Amino acid sequence: MAWKEGIVLQPYLPLLLMFVLAAGFAVFSVTAAPYIGPRRYNRAKLDAYECGIEPSPQPVVGGGRMPVAYYLTAMLFILFDIEMVFLYPFAVKADDLGLFGLVEIVLFIVSVGFAYAYVWRRGGLDWN
Amino acid sequence: MKTADLLADDPIWLIIIKVVGIFVYLVVFTLFMIWLERRVVGRMQHRPGPNRVGPFGLLQSLADGLKLAFKEDIRPVLADKWVFFLAPVVSAVPALLAFSVIPLGGEVTMFGERTALQLADLPVGLLVVLACSSLGVYGIVLAGWASGSPYPLLGALRSAAQVISYEIAMGLSIVAVVMYSGSMSTSDIVLAQKDNWFFYLLPLSFLIYLVSMVGETNRAPFDLAEAESELVGGFHTEYSSLKFALFFLAEYINMVTVSGLATTMFFGGWYAPWRFLPFGLGEVWAGADTGWWPLLWFTLKTLGFLFLFIWLRGTLPRFRYDQFMKLGWKVLVPVSLVWILGVTAVRVMQREELSTTFKLVAVLIGVTVIVLISFLIPDRPERDTTIVRTAGSDYPLPPPDLRVPAAPKRRLAAAATAKLPSATKEDGDV
Repeated sequence: MAWKEGIVLQPYLPLLLMFVLAAGFAVFSVTAAPYIGPRRYNRAKLDAYECGIEPSPQPVVGGGRMPVAYYLTAMLFILFDIEMVFLYPFAVKADDLGLFGLVEIVLFIVSVGFAYAYVWRRGGLDWN
Repeated sequence: MKTADLLADDPIWLIIIKVVGIFVYLVVFTLFMIWLERRVVGRMQHRPGPNRVGPFGLLQSLADGLKLAFKEDIRPVLADKWVFFLAPVVSAVPALLAFSVIPLGGEVTMFGERTALQLADLPVGLLVVLACSSLGVYGIVLAGWASGSPYPLLGALRSAAQVISYEIAMGLSIVAVVMYSGSMSTSDIVLAQKDNWFFYLLPLSFLIYLVSMVGETNRAPFDLAEAESELVGGFHTEYSSLKFALFFLAEYINMVTVSGLATTMFFGGWYAPWRFLPFGLGEVWAGADTGWWPLLWFTLKTLGFLFLFIWLRGTLPRFRYDQFMKLGWKVLVPVSLVWILGVTAVRVMQREELSTTFKLVAVLIGVTVIVLISFLIPDRPERDTTIVRTAGSDYPLPPPDLRVPAAPKRRLAAAATAKLPSATKEDGDV
């Protein structure tokens, strides 16, 4: 294997190239779309989709209201996503850590479990 | 030779060929998948499905794609100009990117260069897939938000909440696999399954992954984000032409990626499909795991998972939103956490030299903790059956056990109308 400068980032080079190709393809598609297709002006066509009436929650861009439960879900996602990310390094080295690792991970999951149980009891996971 | 070392030697032209190859592989797979889905669902519903364009209608999705390109590109007046433009890109790019760490095969010779049938082998390969699927959510949310229309916004919110909820279950189901293979590199995970596949070593992880991969890709029975009867088309209602095509492409590529990841993590990746069989049956054909054959095995296994997607769509009705979120947060997450602890405990017990008393005490403590936790689970509230339910207003609904008397037989009824007085005792029976 040839050790050259920047060898650490070399594995990521294919990802970068893939990104360039994907982004190029996608940007080309969205830019080309208005030029390839026909253009027939019709005011009704440019309205928001509704069954012939004005959309009820008025213009949503930048100021509409949305159910607060979604924010809660997003916050919970952050909590558990971080828990998950901490579990990965442990999982890679679980065999080397042995009993010590097991005790530690039980303590970790139990401490996150308190937050989970609290959210559950307070109805944070309920939808209606 | 390790896959990462093999790949490190790749000259730039080979990497470019591979990048283009994977791009073409994914696009062709998507076109084929759309055709397959329409055919299979068609068969399941007793109709032929598309069969006019090309042999067996194979070119149907290509024709549809071309047709989309020549449709008018509409941007509603209320839409946010730039975000509306950018959202399809944000959705499609991570979808394509996620697949680049999936190993399609082992060592091959391409144009005189020894390399592996894989674009990139990163020590954090699984994290790349998870990160890309998280980034894809941005495309969905931005699309719904920028459309300036109520249905896409609701669809986008639902979709985002759904994807992030099931992402947790998915991520947790991967932990046990990482533990068994001792690495997060996708090629190492495949190599760790040379003789034992993880789907029977870790059945619960596989099951949780299977459910969450359907939830993650917003597919039936979890396609609440595009519930036609409620939300028109979901987050891409306002999109048309090639922008819509990009969302469609992203959705199908995501399906291919999660199926490919399922193959990689639980079904031995590119190893021959009979590889896990016991009694030496796995080694009947030594050449099956060399050269370009693995690409075929991988594709076949992935197709199997994709067929499962179609099968589910053709079979199951859509979930209700609260049931769906309940399944994700209250079932899959706790079950996978307990499963991870269990797997860790068993592995530690197997490897460490511990006294029997210690093991017994540990098991006892574990059982006690589980019993204590089970007390925390609230009881199901008793349903009062005596109340007459009212639907919003004070108008009473009929009681649930109401028995409607059967209609009298037509002949009897006719007779009854003909001679009213004498027929009364005949139509009294039920």
